[in-house]
Amino acid sequence: TRRLCILKGIYPHEPKHKKKVNKGSTAARTFYLLKDIKFLLHEPIVNKFREYKVFVRKLRKAYGKSEWSTVDRLKDNKPSYKLDHIVKERYPTFVDALRDLDDALSMCFLFSTFPRTGKCHVQTIQLCRRLAVEFLNYVIASRSLRKVFLSIKGIYYQAEVLGQPVTWITPYTFAHDHPTDVDYRVMATFTEFYTTLLGFVNFRLYHSLNLLYPPKIDGQADVELKPAEGKEYAMDSESYLEKLSALSASLARVVAPTHEDEVEMDEFPVEGETAEQMDVRKKEQEALEKHKKLFEGLRFFLNREVPREPLAFIIRCFGGQVSWDKSLCIGATYDVSDPSITHQIVDRPRVEQQVVGRYYLQPQWVFDSVNAKLCLPVADYFPGVLLPPHLSPFVTEQEGDYVPPEKLKLLAMQRGENPDEESEEEEEDEEEEEDENDKEEEEEEDESEKEEEMKLKKMEEQKTQSNKALPVKVTAGKLRLEDKQRLEQEQQSEEKRLAIMMMKKREKYLYKKIMFGKKRKVREANKLAAKRKAHDTAVKEEKKKSKKARRA
Amino acid sequence: FFTPPRHPGVHLLETVSPALTPLPSTPLQDIRNTVGNIPMEWYQDFPHIGYNLEGKKIYKPIRNKDELDMFLEKMENPDYWRTVQDKMTGADIKLTDEQVDLVHRLQKGQFGDVHFNPYEPAVDFFTHEVMIHPVTNRPADKRSFIPSLIEKEKVSKLVHAIKMGWIKPRKPKDDTPTYYDLWAHEDPNSILGRHKMHVPAPKMKLPGHEESYNPPPEYLLSEEEKLAWEQQEPAERKLNFVPQQYRCLRAVPAYSRFIHERFERCLDLYLCPRQRKMRVNVDPEDLIPKLPKPRDLQPFPTTQALVYRGHTSLVRCLSISPSGQWLVSGSDDCTVRFWEVCTARCMKTLPVGGVVKSVAWNPNPTICLVAICVEQSVLLVNPCLGDKLLYGATDQLLESYVAPEEERVQPVQWVTATMEEHSKGVRLVVQHSKAVKQVTWHGKGDYFASVVSDNSNMQVLIHQTSKRWSQNPFRKSKGLVQCVLFHPIRPYFFVATQRYVRVYNLLKQELTKKLMTNCKWVSSMAIHPGGDNIICGSYDSKLAWFDLDLSTRPYQLLRHHKKALRSVAFHKHYPLFASGSDDGTVIVCHGMVYNDLLQNPLLVPVKVLKGHTMTLDLGVLDVLFHPTQPWVFSSGADGTVRLYT
Repeated sequence: TRRLCILKGIYPHEPKHKKKVNKGSTAARTFYLLKDIKFLLHEPIVNKFREYKVFVRKLRKAYGKSEWSTVDRLKDNKPSYKLDHIVKERYPTFVDALRDLDDALSMCFLFSTFPRTGKCHVQTIQLCRRLAVEFLNYVIASRSLRKVFLSIKGIYYQAEVLGQPVTWITPYTFAHDHPTDVDYRVMATFTEFYTTLLGFVNFRLYHSLNLLYPPKIDGQADVELKPAEGKEYAMDSESYLEKLSALSASLARVVAPTHEDEVEMDEFPVEGETAEQMDVRKKEQEALEKHKKLFEGLRFFLNREVPREPLAFIIRCFGGQVSWDKSLCIGATYDVSDPSITHQIVDRPRVEQQVVGRYYLQPQWVFDSVNAKLCLPVADYFPGVLLPPHLSPFVTEQEGDYVPPEKLKLLAMQRGENPDEESEEEEEDEEEEEDENDKEEEEEEDESEKEEEMKLKKMEEQKTQSNKALPVKVTAGKLRLEDKQRLEQEQQSEEKRLAIMMMKKREKYLYKKIMFGKKRKVREANKLAAKRKAHDTAVKEEKKKSKKARRA
Repeated sequence: FFTPPRHPGVHLLETVSPALTPLPSTPLQDIRNTVGNIPMEWYQDFPHIGYNLEGKKIYKPIRNKDELDMFLEKMENPDYWRTVQDKMTGADIKLTDEQVDLVHRLQKGQFGDVHFNPYEPAVDFFTHEVMIHPVTNRPADKRSFIPSLIEKEKVSKLVHAIKMGWIKPRKPKDDTPTYYDLWAHEDPNSILGRHKMHVPAPKMKLPGHEESYNPPPEYLLSEEEKLAWEQQEPAERKLNFVPQQYRCLRAVPAYSRFIHERFERCLDLYLCPRQRKMRVNVDPEDLIPKLPKPRDLQPFPTTQALVYRGHTSLVRCLSISPSGQWLVSGSDDCTVRFWEVCTARCMKTLPVGGVVKSVAWNPNPTICLVAICVEQSVLLVNPCLGDKLLYGATDQLLESYVAPEEERVQPVQWVTATMEEHSKGVRLVVQHSKAVKQVTWHGKGDYFASVVSDNSNMQVLIHQTSKRWSQNPFRKSKGLVQCVLFHPIRPYFFVATQRYVRVYNLLKQELTKKLMTNCKWVSSMAIHPGGDNIICGSYDSKLAWFDLDLSTRPYQLLRHHKKALRSVAFHKHYPLFASGSDDGTVIVCHGMVYNDLLQNPLLVPVKVLKGHTMTLDLGVLDVLFHPTQPWVFSSGADGTVRLYT
């Protein structure tokens, strides 16, 4: 039943009256709708499950009696079942399926990284890998990737597939230490369903782009990809998937692409939409187009220490060309020595032999550029340089939230301003000023005291003079003004307090809860800001110290 | 070695181990087992084992050795090691040397018989060498030389079937699933009804800045935060990971809980109950009720104007003269002080011999008289303040009393003050049997009621000053009376017990109403000058407003104070009422009562007055309105009386 529940997407419900349902007790129990359970009974797959159970029993018996011919026969007639109708039933429309694609993708990507031995069937893992690669190829072909994020858990991607945001996470490519407290059978059941779903989704997506579904590498590219040495790299069928997973070749289309068949979007003025909204929409559309062609014309080369697949995927998604060392993976299109390379992605503290005419950058530049929707200035990302913080593209700060200063800078940059130089200049200026101040302070310490005394005296004199000349009038007027404002504020706040006293109990509770939430938010934002400030001052002081030390 | 039994008829079975059978020395002592081959546990609890020929019990040898005896025997008896107990008879048997040898042999796995040789030379029945003549000489069958016809037939049938294409080789099964356009015909009508009920699983939360491999420095946890994170339960944690910073992408390790998280997500997907929850999207400002602005409800006291200092202990009670010129306050320092309201000057100090629980100025403007509760008596004091004619007239009025001819039995004693007391102002002393805790005047100024702290029906007494006559209105006690009140216009009398307020009609002498206060313990009570509304303060920091015409339940329960309410008061003319509480504040509320019966009273808090300092966890003990001005007095535990205007 667990398998059935998972496959059919049946979930427990929270009853409206817990006590009534639970025979008076309030103990935590899970409740399923009776309707759901009855619905499960009608499922034809139940019979298939029974058949499978019988098959397993027979097989075990045959093994026990060491009747090998029976074992062979049974294995040949192993019952199989299909989940197609369940997919169709759970997702009656394609958009529904796309909405639920997040978990399916994450699961497939996780399973495709599992070792080929042990935890689950090899076929499942291979299928997951195949589907994942197919999906990546689709994203490349449709250029629908929008956001990427390097987190400590893995790499998050967000693509916009037919208007639906689809987010998935892939783990970093390391061997998993398989936990013992995880029930892999549950995960396998989910994966079983997800692979079916993803296969159908892939099929449909490929066809929406006029691509061949079991994906084929484009003819011209195929020729290029043939290993030059002439000897086969591996078996043909396997190498095909690998070539595909290299993500460096474009896919074959059912209909040969007519050159630059970008149809100009006709503008249909929607009723009730003002010209301004139209304008905004048009601008957004343009920005999107620009974003899609972010790396167009750039040629990247990935060093071997860089995670190849994610970077190749991202770069290709935004129109860039990418290659890597031939010995690293199949599908490399050009060599390191290619003079047309514009960017080389490097993740080492320094590079020995630098070729003139290309930028050596850390991988974060690619990710940050994608999120910022523009090619960021490269200076911050040179190898060995302390990287600027990597921000999450999924956070949209609302009014009152804490915004890290890097984000502010980025937003300004997106608006077309260039605060970076200014701020840097300012910083330098500040530093210089501070330095000067330091010097001056040392010299002027004695003088300053005297000067201050003089100043004070002068001030006093002026005061007395002014007092004599103009009686109390001015100051009094000013004071009263301030008082009035403050008084008004106080009065208003008091009125509010009194009104709150008169609130009904339930409303008061709600109000207090809301206010508590708001206050907590503010507190957290303030805490972050304070932490940042402390950090910045600490860094600055350290800088100063080091500078002084250098000077000394 | 085998000894034949002496009494073969007695032995039921001959299976007793012959090797271990003791050798009976004399025929008389033959106590061989007679019970047969039965489990010996059956005789475990009996002193005997079996019966002899005569049917007498055969007793077990007496074994009463304790541990010490056993030990001694073990130490001293050289044959202890070869002594065993015979289960059949219960007797100790010493094994002979032969028997011991046998045991040793058996233990080593050797044969019991010493003379048995296990290694005797083997004798071959058949020789192992191949002989020239066979054992049997049968010639081979013919059928072993010619091919089987049946098999040939079978094979030819199969060959024929294969040739005809009836038998096909097994196709290797294709495991790869096939995909097709599942959603080719999207039929909106085919959507099941259950899809309308379906609650899609919420998507996973998207990561924030703190999850980045290189987050801004402010998102990293400090040492204390990290410690706090570790000490929290995994379910309570706000983040399920510790933010970390790595210098470069290459340094980022695998996330060890990745599979866990996916698994938890799977569990959530199929085990978590789903429910649609409407999110309250309310602007908190909208929740605040729209009340008339306090500015529009003026006049009401807003600022502290005067502080009346002089008392050295808590000031428990206040009262004001009907003209509003004089204020009287009673305190725990055993004095009553008379103040001039406008100047905060203490006009007079009257030492009384005890803690003053309550003071009440006669509301009749033509009489200048103050009732003071001191311990067991109520003093009627003429303060001799103000118009000389007035207080003179009061004295005359009191002196004009003529004692009735016949002495009536009274619950209290009326005593005229002594000369010394008289000079201080005390005119009459009403001596009660128990301590008095409250005194209150009727509006006309002749009657007054006093509350005695007692459990009997004598708790409330009503006194008539002009006739010096007291009576007990209640036959039965209905609980601990907290305070009493006269209706300002009609002949009603309010008695507040702990949880209820009872309204009695004094003319008809019956209970007219019982008000449920919904409070735990009523502390004080005040009546609207119109007489139709009552407020009750309670120790559980609630203030209940009753509309007597509306119902016996509170029209509104105000929870403005944070601590117990000590006293409540109504203004005589302005629509104001005030409440003083242990939290040191006086809250002045606008309480408009409309003449139109259909319109409910309007209650708006207008001012929170602070001034009293907290002493002994007590704040304001009494509040009182000026009879004509919108001023409020409050007395506090800090020994001061304050006037707010």
